Amino acid sequence: MATPLIQAEHITRIFETSRGRVRAVDDVSFSVNAGEVLCLVGESGCGKTTTGKMVAGLLKPSAGRILFEGQDVWKLGGEAFRRYRRAVQIVHQDPYASLNPVHTVYDILSAPLFHHRLVRSKAQAIERIFELLQIVDLTPPADFIEKYPHQLSGGQRQRLSIARALTVNPRFIVADEPVSMVDVSIRISLLNILLRLQEQFGTGFLFITHDLAIAKYFAWRGRIGVMYLGRLVELARTPELIEEPKHPYTRALLAAIPEADPEVTRHKQRVALRSLDVPSLLRLPPGCSFHPRCPLFEAGLCDRQRPELVEIRGGREVACHVVVRQERGEPAIVGTS
Amino acid sequence: MSQVAAPVPRAESQVLPGVRFVRGVLSVLRAIARNPAGLIGFLIIVTYVLVSFIGPYFVPLDTTTKLELIYQLPSREHLLGTDYEGRDILSQIVHGGRDILTVAFLAAALSTFIAVFFGSMSAFIGGKVDGFITSVTDIVLTIPQFPLLAVLSGLIRLKDIWMLAVIIGLLSWPTLLRAVRAQVLSLKQRDYVEAARALDLGTGHIIFREILPNMMSYIAISFTLAMTSAMYSQVGLIYLGLVPFSGHNWAIMINLGWTKGAIFLPDAMSYILSPVFAIAIFQLGLVMLSRSLEEVFNPRLRTGY
Amino acid sequence: MQQTKQQTTQPDGAAAAQPAVLSVRDLWVEYRARRGAVQAVRGVSFDLLKGETLALIGESGSGKTTLALALMRLLARSARIRGGRVLYRRDGREVDVLSLKPGELRRFRWSECAIVFQSALNALNPVLKVWDQIFDAAAAHGMGNRQAMRRRAIELLQRVQLDAERVLRSYPHELSGGMRQRVLLAMALVLNPQILILDEPTTALDILTQRAIIDLLRELKQELGFSVLLVSHDLSLAAELADRVATMYAGRIVELGTVEEIFYQPHHPYTVGLLKAVPTLAGGFRPLESVRGSPPDLIALPPGCKFHPRCPFAEQRCLQEEPELLALDTRGSLHGHAAACWYAEVVAKAWQSEQGAQKEAGAPTGMEGEAWPPR
Repeated sequence: MATPLIQAEHITRIFETSRGRVRAVDDVSFSVNAGEVLCLVGESGCGKTTTGKMVAGLLKPSAGRILFEGQDVWKLGGEAFRRYRRAVQIVHQDPYASLNPVHTVYDILSAPLFHHRLVRSKAQAIERIFELLQIVDLTPPADFIEKYPHQLSGGQRQRLSIARALTVNPRFIVADEPVSMVDVSIRISLLNILLRLQEQFGTGFLFITHDLAIAKYFAWRGRIGVMYLGRLVELARTPELIEEPKHPYTRALLAAIPEADPEVTRHKQRVALRSLDVPSLLRLPPGCSFHPRCPLFEAGLCDRQRPELVEIRGGREVACHVVVRQERGEPAIVGTS
Repeated sequence: MSQVAAPVPRAESQVLPGVRFVRGVLSVLRAIARNPAGLIGFLIIVTYVLVSFIGPYFVPLDTTTKLELIYQLPSREHLLGTDYEGRDILSQIVHGGRDILTVAFLAAALSTFIAVFFGSMSAFIGGKVDGFITSVTDIVLTIPQFPLLAVLSGLIRLKDIWMLAVIIGLLSWPTLLRAVRAQVLSLKQRDYVEAARALDLGTGHIIFREILPNMMSYIAISFTLAMTSAMYSQVGLIYLGLVPFSGHNWAIMINLGWTKGAIFLPDAMSYILSPVFAIAIFQLGLVMLSRSLEEVFNPRLRTGY
Repeated sequence: MQQTKQQTTQPDGAAAAQPAVLSVRDLWVEYRARRGAVQAVRGVSFDLLKGETLALIGESGSGKTTLALALMRLLARSARIRGGRVLYRRDGREVDVLSLKPGELRRFRWSECAIVFQSALNALNPVLKVWDQIFDAAAAHGMGNRQAMRRRAIELLQRVQLDAERVLRSYPHELSGGMRQRVLLAMALVLNPQILILDEPTTALDILTQRAIIDLLRELKQELGFSVLLVSHDLSLAAELADRVATMYAGRIVELGTVEEIFYQPHHPYTVGLLKAVPTLAGGFRPLESVRGSPPDLIALPPGCKFHPRCPFAEQRCLQEEPELLALDTRGSLHGHAAACWYAEVVAKAWQSEQGAQKEAGAPTGMEGEAWPPR
């Protein structure tokens, strides 16, 4: 079996803040093959963005390893590390902050082309830029090449960000909420551009979002990983996760999301949680960090032992004592109910 | 392999560099003109530069002592009157700006350069380098600038304007450095800087092409205000006689006006007030110009939106 | 100026089966910008009935937020209300909000009509404790009785499921986004307003918090019986809470109807475009489409129908004449189902047949389904 393109092995990232230590990402492991899509979903503070930045090599893990083509990226020599950096690109969430306001489209796209000697002359640069603008549907390219970011709409700016990422021919793109700040009616067109990249160039994706419906659309042929307070709690192929969620947090999320269909949404079964309070990352609950809110909570187990992400049948992974036990058909431990 | 024939956009390569330069200058002028105060300030500065650097070729300096014309009031012959030796004040004003403006410009340039260079390096590299530079800055910041200048000017023989410019410049950077450092620290966090890192564009590119261009208006305004500060410093030093100077610049005129008793004679008002106004209006011009500098560097406004 | 082609079956202000607490007629709002005048709201008319939730759905440039602010006269100084009327009714009395004097306006705001913005930190004054803010606001509106206000505040904070004492003592940054939103809701309800305007009430919130707020809104509305004007870009929020929905584009209402009519029988291409662009969790994989093009330039709007550059149904007439909001049934364009499209019936039929075809083909579930990858 081929080596996965990206592997995260027990990565942890700790931030020292004035109010204490924050474990933004806590012992997370997953792998992504070339050309594959993995979605990371979760609410704010779950660590998905931090994970994405570690995968892109922009943040160093406090513990654990990031492997690119099987090699620990932070142990790579200068040239090899830079090659990895170029191979993994990032697309940001905020179309108004991700482009330098004093640069034109030409400046933004030509800089990496010239810096990495991917083109040898201005004419070549312009030709390549036109190609890139075509790929991201900023057409006719001649209309856009002299524009400044403030002359473009939010959707157009995101397309430009994608084009910028493509200048160095990446093999993998970390997309951090790329459509959440863009109008609803054009989100799909942006997602379709990204999916075309996967189809045409075999680009793999780590797609980060808090919107499960978008995750379902984008990663339908891929997988979704659900994160909560810095930990990965469930990892499964998308159709299975959406239709048969196992982890109680995933089920609560899916049940809570309003749908754009009155019949469906008003009759949806909700999952009642034990508490409305979201714990702070500064003071994580002991054991399973979801236990204060979890309907499956078992005293003595869930508040003592942290559940590991284990594989249950069919390539699905869940981090929950109760669910794993049920899946494996084991009896409950005497003393808990 | 592009199937689409790529028509080269007209704005870029077909235009001659010369034409592009002129267009660039015109757009800067247009930006300045957008703010009325800035436009006036700009015109004032331009006038001063022309008068002080080119004027002397047209207006000869009156150096002959004419005892019968001492402290004359302004008249058609002597538009600003005469001084304590009967010499024309207007010609002295025309000749008196060159040294002062040069020192102010050089001092401001030096302090701005130090502040920008070390401030951005400090913010960008961080760690021990940052700590060191910040400490040095704090120390220099706590030293009262003017008394130190006074002491230094006593210790060092100031033979020419360059030395004075250098000394003033070497003492006035701390505040600006801190501000530059704060700006760079903030800009460093921007998404587009992170994207530049991901694209492996290198530290040089990030500092000079991503971060600094976004600070240009700030740097330009700081430079302008540094010039006003340098003006005050040198005028103060010269006026207090702490700097042995020859020549006829405005500050010396004020100094001589004091020592030669011009302030006691109502008729001699012009000798004191002319240089004072010359300096004050120049300062005002600088401050007004700084109002326009924001517009000049804002890309939103350059494209007419 | 838009003129309603078909009048409502009752004249304005008369006691209808459900009286309108707010009637907006032909409202025009304009902003001054460097380049010219921004036409933010262009001839909007609608009724907000007693006890109903009306959702205004639109994206950037639709004018929905401007409209909401205009109703409370909270617009920035660069904005001008160019025309129209906003009539407010209570207990048989009718008031023209646009001509209220400052004192009356202050009484109108908060005690008759309250607005709740996003729960972002800057919706509350960051340097004041919550109690101080509530009391300041109360005093400014003429309710200076500390005791009574405190009792009322505690009552409402408890109603929104907060620990009242603790919250009153806290600063805004000490509260989570969800808690701040509840505080804003409680503050809005202190004086029992008849109308509550909600501007993107759940946008900045997490999924689980959002759910709690949605359920809370439903409960509060049932208990207290106020009318809600819900302004959002989020269709699913409308699906949850709205009785009627109005979709807005380029400063106008382009379709108006009950929530079932809008979601199941859309008659305007923009509404259809929105429905096709929003992914759902239920059901298997559904192919989605974006609305092509970009939002319009509100300073230089195209001629005719403002949506025509992006509309798959556009014909010659659409480039020349801007359609009015035309009634599709006998209940009139204010209370029935209405759409601003010359080819509304064509659009509706196309939608119905597409939906039918999808049902027959059986929306792909599980791993099969070649409706993917999309183009």
